[in-house]
Amino acid sequence: MLKRTARLLATTFVAASLTLSVTACSKGGATSTQAASGGTQTLTLWTHNAGNKGELAAIQSVVDDYNASQTAYKVDLQAFPQDSYNQSVVAAAAAKKLPCILDIDQPNVANWAWAGYLAPIEGMDDILSKYLPSTVAKWNGKTYAYGYYDVSLTWVTRESILKKYGIRVPTIDQPWTGEEFASALAKVKASGDFTYPADLATGWTGEWWPYGYSPFLQSFGGDLINRTDFSSAEGVLNGDAAVKWGEWFQGLAKDGMISKKSSADPTADFINGKTAFLWNGSWTAVPVREKVKDVVFAPPVDFGDGPKVGGGSWTWGYSTGCASPEGALDYLKFAAQDKYVAKVAKDTNNIPTTDAAAAMVPGFEPGGENDVFRQYSKKFTVMRPETPGYPFLATAFTKGAQDILNGADVKKTLDQMVADIDDNQKANNFFQQ
Amino acid sequence: MSDHLAHVADTTTTEPRTAGSRDNRLSGALVMALRVLLCLVFGLPLVFMIVSSFKPDTQIFADLASWSAFLPVGDVSLANYTGLMDRVPFVTFMVNSVFISVCTVVLGLLVNSMAAFALSRIEFRGQKVVLGIVLATLIVPFETMALPLLWWVNTIPYFDGSQGWLDTYAVQIIPFLANAFSIYLFYQYFDSIPKELDEAATVDGAGWFRIYRSIVMPLSGPAVATVAILTFLPAWNSYLWPLMVVQSESLRPVMVGIDYFKQATGSSGTAWGQIMAYATMITVPVLALFIGFQRAFINSIASSGVKG
Repeated sequence: MLKRTARLLATTFVAASLTLSVTACSKGGATSTQAASGGTQTLTLWTHNAGNKGELAAIQSVVDDYNASQTAYKVDLQAFPQDSYNQSVVAAAAAKKLPCILDIDQPNVANWAWAGYLAPIEGMDDILSKYLPSTVAKWNGKTYAYGYYDVSLTWVTRESILKKYGIRVPTIDQPWTGEEFASALAKVKASGDFTYPADLATGWTGEWWPYGYSPFLQSFGGDLINRTDFSSAEGVLNGDAAVKWGEWFQGLAKDGMISKKSSADPTADFINGKTAFLWNGSWTAVPVREKVKDVVFAPPVDFGDGPKVGGGSWTWGYSTGCASPEGALDYLKFAAQDKYVAKVAKDTNNIPTTDAAAAMVPGFEPGGENDVFRQYSKKFTVMRPETPGYPFLATAFTKGAQDILNGADVKKTLDQMVADIDDNQKANNFFQQ
Repeated sequence: MSDHLAHVADTTTTEPRTAGSRDNRLSGALVMALRVLLCLVFGLPLVFMIVSSFKPDTQIFADLASWSAFLPVGDVSLANYTGLMDRVPFVTFMVNSVFISVCTVVLGLLVNSMAAFALSRIEFRGQKVVLGIVLATLIVPFETMALPLLWWVNTIPYFDGSQGWLDTYAVQIIPFLANAFSIYLFYQYFDSIPKELDEAATVDGAGWFRIYRSIVMPLSGPAVATVAILTFLPAWNSYLWPLMVVQSESLRPVMVGIDYFKQATGSSGTAWGQIMAYATMITVPVLALFIGFQRAFINSIASSGVKG
């Protein structure tokens, strides 16, 4: 019986091998498509959307329209999964096999431009002047990428909760103050109705920590780095304002207001009634609205220096290794039209970058149910520092913030974060080109 | 049967039990309890994965606080399975992984056994030094070699004359054929086969290859099985290397497919139910293979001296 099974398996494998061996010694199309064929130059385009059906289809339709609109260039789309996209790009850069056009997470743009992966976009100033500033990625005075959409941070809660505990419904012009928010958390905590009053999605890892929590720090008056010359974090990340932020952040966990490590899906926990306030991105609006009819998307809390949210999402640029920069620019200009901004934003439920596109996307038109996110983005955005040192800043902030949340001495931890960041800046000669 | 009857007779006797038999029963019960506990520790995550693959995301998290997490209760359906097929080219990834893993195992067995045969049987100057160098490579983790290896596979010419091996099946197979641990396992096993057999074969006119093919390899079944399994698992689980060297979706293996379900932004979020369904679909074949060949695997491990 075992022999028969083994023979069957072997036969199946040999048959499959014969089929595959036809292609086994040939290469995939991704890295060899920049050659000219029949007068048409092929431009490879990489996107992070494998598995994200909506956005991938939208990008594919832009590519299809471009390919149909002219004959000089053919754009060939290759999709990668988002979770490992950066590793794939960095590996391709190391092998000098970057694609012609690629999308980039906005906080990485300065670093990749400094590393020589990206070429500056020229001749699009007029078009990009209509874009939300947070969707145009610049470094050293040059534009390297633009995005179709942005996302915004928001407090998600229920009208019924606010009513039950006597909490004021905040507005964009009158957000909660720090004291109001503390009082709201205390009321909810005292009721014992929820596992935790709030959820900051502390179970998420990576870039979420600086994206999600540095706006709190900035609202207290601190920052990740001194933005005058981006050379040091001294004074801004370990000054009095930053210490106040650290004590507040640590206090949330110490007082049982949040979990030190929330679950992998805080939106599901909010929907299931485990938490009363959820700190999350505008991307959570669709799944929450499906289940929670009286949802409120409240503005960020003002801790003294105004409400703040992070800015920047996925953006498009082209690589220095592109054999046809004029072709890449031609595509980028074509793809920047309002109708494509509207299409991608609509299919991803994100904030359209231009006013004209917003008017085309149901819900994001002025007064629409999602317009609030666009207003938060316009009014409260603080860009993540546009410096090549940002990936290190993000790592240092994440580690320090996690230590603080877990009870480390706030001032000492902030000083250590500053020392690490400043050392990194010096080690890289302050990222001079 | 007679043992069973004796046991029954023993337990129904009216004579007072000795302290020793009570101790034996107690320790037996403790051992059994420990076994059950270990089964739960190792088995429950798999049960959770399979059960969750039939539940919607919100229910997976709602059930986490109770034993319902391990039970197929609530809104159970095949929606995650149909959904994942829509999201990932599962069949392509599966065929790629089977092809890459089986090629790595078959060619790896050939290369490593030949290397071990030479080190074990053929006397040459520096033999021990070569073995020492091979063993020394065991302490170098793959992550430290990944970038130099990337440079290497991107530099050398390919079969068609072009430069570099990126974005091919070959780049996912060939760098992993020679394996120090496999060579050492074969070497150890070959050394236990009497050399008199070689001498007798040589007298009969056999050359080295004939001795390798007709005498040593047929006697090394347990070592072959061990190396096959220990080569197959990392090949099947390969993740970092394909991320670095494969750009075309049509060449990706199954493990990279897990990333297709994780979106940091966008309304889709992370599809936990689909991740569980995908993980089930890529784990069950390996699990079934292991259970099917369990006896052969344990025998081979026991006889080839690999114990942890």
